[in-house]
Amino acid sequence: MNRESLLAQTGWFLAALALALLLTVIVCLPLGAPPLETIYVLFKGGLGSLSKFGRVLAGWVPLTLCAVGLLIPFTARLWNIGVEGQVIMGAIFCTAALRPFDDGGALHIGLALCAAMVGGAFWALLSGLLRVFGRVHEIFSGLGLNFVALGVTLWLIFGPWKRPGVASMSGTEPLDISLWLPRLGALSVSWVGLVLAFAAILAVYVLLHRSRWGLKMRAVGENPKAATLFALGPRRRLLQAFMLCGALAGLAGATQVLGVYHRLLPSISSSYGYTALMVGMMASFRLPLVPFICLFFAVLNVGSIQLPLQMGLDSSLSGVIQGVMVLSLFIIQGLRLWLKQRKGAD
Amino acid sequence: METFAFTVAAVLMAGAPLVLATLGETLTEKAGIINLSLDGSILLSAMAAFACAATFDSPWLGVLAGAGVGAAIAGALGLIGIFLGQSQLAVGFILTLLCRDLAYFLGHTFSRQPGPDLGLWTIPGLGDVPLAGPIFGSQSPVVYLSLFAIGFCWWWMYRTEGGMRLRAVGESPRAAFGRGIRVRLVRLYYCLAGGALVGLAGAAYSLAVKPGWGRPQGCEGAGWIALAIVIFGGWHPVRGALGAFFFAALQVAGIHLQEIFPSIPAPVFQVAPFPMMILTLLAVNMGRMGWVQDIVRRHPLFKKCSGAWPIEAPAALGQDFDPKKGL
Repeated sequence: MNRESLLAQTGWFLAALALALLLTVIVCLPLGAPPLETIYVLFKGGLGSLSKFGRVLAGWVPLTLCAVGLLIPFTARLWNIGVEGQVIMGAIFCTAALRPFDDGGALHIGLALCAAMVGGAFWALLSGLLRVFGRVHEIFSGLGLNFVALGVTLWLIFGPWKRPGVASMSGTEPLDISLWLPRLGALSVSWVGLVLAFAAILAVYVLLHRSRWGLKMRAVGENPKAATLFALGPRRRLLQAFMLCGALAGLAGATQVLGVYHRLLPSISSSYGYTALMVGMMASFRLPLVPFICLFFAVLNVGSIQLPLQMGLDSSLSGVIQGVMVLSLFIIQGLRLWLKQRKGAD
Repeated sequence: METFAFTVAAVLMAGAPLVLATLGETLTEKAGIINLSLDGSILLSAMAAFACAATFDSPWLGVLAGAGVGAAIAGALGLIGIFLGQSQLAVGFILTLLCRDLAYFLGHTFSRQPGPDLGLWTIPGLGDVPLAGPIFGSQSPVVYLSLFAIGFCWWWMYRTEGGMRLRAVGESPRAAFGRGIRVRLVRLYYCLAGGALVGLAGAAYSLAVKPGWGRPQGCEGAGWIALAIVIFGGWHPVRGALGAFFFAALQVAGIHLQEIFPSIPAPVFQVAPFPMMILTLLAVNMGRMGWVQDIVRRHPLFKKCSGAWPIEAPAALGQDFDPKKGL
């Protein structure tokens, strides 16, 4: 099935893109929005200038960290829907680690990054434990824990961590500038974040494709019963996969706190957890495609900020386009399968 | 007594959309299809219902629009999942996210606008009856609708031939196929019917329980709760409805707790149902874990109680059936 020529694969991919474009245009019509102009504004908003591209990269870093991390549990055929909550937990642990300090340096930032990884891994472990010892499907535990993490954030922001005087949705007291991640020149993206994202891509590649651990993980995913018989320890591996993914998601939360918002907000995760799941499905969980799809989705996210300003449209159009693209890919894949079966029957 | 009756009335009201969504998903899952798109479906149909009601100034047209949108989303899932052989879980999840954003995008112009709602129906003569009067005498039509739907779904599933076919395609599609039932088509029908009920749940939110449309509407997350209640109710319509009312009661209790603990910020109470959902699923599923069963076997008291709440998923839930591959 995967042995089709590159030309045919590109053709099918273009068909999916065309279908996505068509569906997007259909969605835009009832609002009286000119579709082509809307799409132009969307992309100009994301790629129009160097500073905008800096913002795209700032969104690409956490999205890539989450999406790459998701590949690990998916190798064992697990749905870690709780990425969103793990990002939030990472952000909370990161903020908690820095609260005792008024200012600091690289050491403190390093500590905060580690704390964020622990936070994300801990939240993912809860989901894994519920699955292994409580038979709660990871979709429900992950999703429930996302909402719980949001509740914890709100409680902290309005309760113990509220700013002196006023407690509002605008978050906690900003961090001292010495605790911010250093920026890349004048761009709003930090080079530390970029390094972390590239390191994560490399690490996951090595782990999944060049290590015995990854091989065993794949065996667990392909056939859990056989994996039990061969003493591959599917339960232990399942928990490990969740924790590694959670750690990367936590790191994404830390880049949001230290690099973008410099404080804890209710919307600290920017829904990157859910977007990362879409990236994973769009890439059919193939690692080489993930960073590029993340880049594309980040452009859409940043570009959509221009929609309310210039067109009076809601910025959720970027999410609509992302969803429509993944759905189109599923439809085209299904059609391909159907055509193939018909050919086989003839 | 009066407060008790009013609390029951409030629980019935808060539970009505949850009941409708739970019944819809129960129908769909009984046929062997998992529709994960509930949360987005409810939101989009809530938006459609309100937009339609506000545009044409007719709440009942809005209800129809909500049901239609719900059925259309479920139809998309059915076509891609049943006939194109894609993963039901993946497609359902994507549809959830897509419909959610679509609802916010398309509903932008209706945000915080005034619009009609379904109001209350008064049953003449019932108002003076003690207890039943305050509970049922003057209620929202969605409450009557949800109560009727519980009975109808139970009757349809366990007392009609159509219901038997429904259970057959969910339990044993091969056997059903052997008996001449067009499995995929039946599954698609129940996908549509379940989706329509989910759409009604959305309409119930935006036209009765939390009238109006905005971002957030207030029904975010209800779909996931309903999905969990289906498991809690063991894929039985009456037990599922009881589960829905149980969760609604918790929500109503949450509002009272908020008055008792004013120091805890209000948004925290909104997430309270979700840990409850996890704990409920945990309690329900624990009984099937090996180590729990060991403990139960050792203690005679537990042994007596075990089996009081049996949970059996439809055997072919989430499994593809391809008639070309034959029996």
